[in-house]
Amino acid sequence: MSFTLRKDDAKGVVIIGVDGQLIVGNRHDLKSKVMESMDAGESKFVVDFANTGYIDSSGLGVLVSLAKKIRESGGDLVLAGLNEDLRSLFELTKLDTLFAIKASTEEAISGF
Amino acid sequence: MSGPARRRVEIGLRVPTDLDVVEEAVDLIARHCVASGVAPRAARFQVRVALCEALANAIVYGNKLDPTKRVDVSVQVDDTVVRVCVEDQGDGFDPAVVPDPTDPGRIEAVDGRGLFLIRQLADEVYHNDQGNSICMIMRRA
Repeated sequence: MSFTLRKDDAKGVVIIGVDGQLIVGNRHDLKSKVMESMDAGESKFVVDFANTGYIDSSGLGVLVSLAKKIRESGGDLVLAGLNEDLRSLFELTKLDTLFAIKASTEEAISGF
Repeated sequence: MSGPARRRVEIGLRVPTDLDVVEEAVDLIARHCVASGVAPRAARFQVRVALCEALANAIVYGNKLDPTKRVDVSVQVDDTVVRVCVEDQGDGFDPAVVPDPTDPGRIEAVDGRGLFLIRQLADEVYHNDQGNSICMIMRRA
């Protein structure tokens, strides 16, 4: 499992790809990457789950924590590429009311 | 939760109190579930998520990350159900007092969703009296 980072310069959006899973064992890595980007002045984020197998409740929690920090700084965090299973986790926990969830990274970026 | 040929399987695992082993333990059990005819999606999603949450809870809240303690996992797959039990060596807790993370006042909480997800994904959930063991039953179609 790993995280990839790239930037869409046209829109000034940082895209973080989650390869594998977002779980209790690696959630701090995601948090570190986002916080580093925020320290560098970034405020628009898309988390791309197109290559993500599963997310546990710790993974959901770190997304909640990051969204709060980013929004308090005037930015936003959008989720993209969730498969049916992962989407249902957000629906079950009602976290789909907290996040904008887009079908693709492109759609998420264009929304900024 | 159906698939091709159905086999009965029993698996017992003793895992250390180490969050780094959760993924491997869950992968192992999910693979055996698929091999025993559990539908891949059910094994990939319901069993995987429920077991992952139960293991993480046992390690973090049950055994309080004490490396001298262990977590026991048992899995039985038969023609009608997948039964997964996780027991830690902690003092236990009262599952009745765990708050609902979907309450508006808790929706932005960082934690507290693990047991809720287990209850949503498993057909039946049982705890022992002490509260240091959970059994989750997922019915096969």
